[in-house]
Amino acid sequence: MNKLFDKYQTEVDQILDKYPSDRKRSAVLPLLYIAQQEYGYCTPDAISDVAEIAGVSSTEVESVVGFYTLFYDHPTGKHVVQICNDLPCALRGSDKFLDHACAKLKLDKHHVEHGGATTEDGSITLESVVCLAACDKAPMMQVDLEYHERLTNEQFDQIIDGLKK
Amino acid sequence: MDQFVLLRHRNTPNIHQLSVYGDYAALRKAVTSMQPAEVIDVVKASGLRGRGGAGFPAGVKWSFIPKDRFPHYVTVNGDESEPGTFKDRELMEFNPHQVIEGSAIAAYATGATRVYHYLRGEFKPIARVMQKAIDEAYAAGYLGKNVFGSNVEIQMVVHLGAGAYICGEESALLESLEGKMGQPRLRPPFPAIAGLYAQPTVVNNTETMANVPYIINNGADAYKKMGTEKSPGPKVFCLSGSVKRPGNYEAELGKITFRDLIFGEQFGQGMLEGRSVKAILPSGASGPIVTDAVLDVPLDYESVAAAGSILGSASMIIIDDSFDMVWAAGKVMHFFRHESCGKCTPCREGTFWLEKQYNRILAGKAKLSDIQLLGEVANQMVGKCLCPLGEFATSPVLSSLKHFQKEYDALASDAKKPVPTKK
Ligand SMILES: Cc1cc2nc3c(=O)[nH]c(=O)nc-3n(C[C@H](O)[C@H](O)[C@H](O)COP(=O)(O)O)c2cc1C
Ligand code: SF4
Ligand code: FES
Repeated sequence: MNKLFDKYQTEVDQILDKYPSDRKRSAVLPLLYIAQQEYGYCTPDAISDVAEIAGVSSTEVESVVGFYTLFYDHPTGKHVVQICNDLPCALRGSDKFLDHACAKLKLDKHHVEHGGATTEDGSITLESVVCLAACDKAPMMQVDLEYHERLTNEQFDQIIDGLKK
Repeated sequence: MDQFVLLRHRNTPNIHQLSVYGDYAALRKAVTSMQPAEVIDVVKASGLRGRGGAGFPAGVKWSFIPKDRFPHYVTVNGDESEPGTFKDRELMEFNPHQVIEGSAIAAYATGATRVYHYLRGEFKPIARVMQKAIDEAYAAGYLGKNVFGSNVEIQMVVHLGAGAYICGEESALLESLEGKMGQPRLRPPFPAIAGLYAQPTVVNNTETMANVPYIINNGADAYKKMGTEKSPGPKVFCLSGSVKRPGNYEAELGKITFRDLIFGEQFGQGMLEGRSVKAILPSGASGPIVTDAVLDVPLDYESVAAAGSILGSASMIIIDDSFDMVWAAGKVMHFFRHESCGKCTPCREGTFWLEKQYNRILAGKAKLSDIQLLGEVANQMVGKCLCPLGEFATSPVLSSLKHFQKEYDALASDAKKPVPTKK
């Protein structure tokens, strides 16, 4: 039984179409994005579904999951919020912005800076990350990979309140 | 520059729509009236150098592709993860057809039937824009099986990475595109000989591709009129940090200086109120840090190298006098420790150790002798790493020690008087 394939047949076929037919392994990253969305994170089932479709072993897919920061081998909050606190953003106040975010979400900054932390209600995972190619628009963040830029603390609060609804 | 070559959307709104962009005249010209070798010759003659950092001549790279082994691939490097770099994003988001057309010309010139645009995973929204533009180009017959009704085939795919700076390194990018961990390959062989799926492959930066339509439309001589003899053409400079107006600015290579870029009315418009230039990182995290002594140096590959740094991808991070340089170098070291792919020991262990030392120094727990050791460890990494990342990681340490040793020493526990770090 391959839940991913059964449920997302069209998407899976579209993805496989992008690579030579004998190079299905190239589909591992795009498939993992779908699997992660479906299963919540890269669960063992998600990994074996992807491995089967791409024609590689689960161990190989696991090592890919471990390598890339956008794949999670553990549950995250419903939304993932990434605040950039790399040098260019930090020169423009991102550190204070991050402080505000931690306070608003009642999260420990040390955890947020070391792998991320999730709110008690499980709604939001907050991570402090390196450059997101928006250094001229600091402070900035991505929410589920969508850009939010030139933010004030008030705007942060509004966005978070919107996510929690 | 009033007339943009690259940031054309600033003159022409909605150029992301095919109807506004035009009919891919350069690709049409190449496919219907030029031999692939002629296209390579024109790009060679233009002197276009890769915009991804190393500045290698694009036409020369294309000429390395062997003609006896197929299929060939073109991969466009839109990984753009260097701190301080945000130019490829703007090009793809607002002027995608120019990037697509340029990469299609590269495919025709090198006999490649498939082009992969590799975008960092965080560029999901940008990938949507690119995909839409590619769909438009297919519908118009500019991509697909019979490009412009000829029997030339060019397929184009957008592929998202998943968060790893090292995937910007070309051989790691190819590994990643093959569905593996993004770890650099041993070279040689170079991608031109054995790249994607071990086939001949061109890897060029997104901005490099955006230069190509102009060259085909207007000829090598017109292109060479811009910039300098050794660094021809226009370039997008990414300006960030303590300036009034951070952003992308297009200018001819070598025709403006650091000072122009930071203070010029049409560029950064000067430093933030009351601040002055203390240090500049001309190539994001990956090049030596310089001081205000370079302000009058022109921005081209040779001049910046002569001034002790590299132009790289031209991502200028400007640091003002209110910041502590040990803190800044520590930030950069955190980046490299985080992004080291772990394949080779000097880089993996070295960046780990260096970041730890920075934290100790900043916490006032290090001695003067520890600071000396910092430089020694960095020096030991030089030349021992598999890919340039390991070496990049040493340059902020060595260059900040060179220019700002006093700030390090002031933080040592056995210094005369410890000074608290400012942020
Ligand atoms: C650690 C590292 C990161 C890199 N990141 C990028 C990048 O994000 N984008 C890019 O175009 N080139 C990057 N490069 C350079 C590529 O390896 C390669 O030289 C470039 O894509 C070639 O294109 P060009 O000749 O058009 O510049 C990086 C190199 C290294 C060593
Ligand atoms: S130098 Fe660093 S990033 Fe490059 S291959 Fe070695 S460990 Fe990986
Ligand atoms: S440093 Fe924050 S987006 Fe580049």
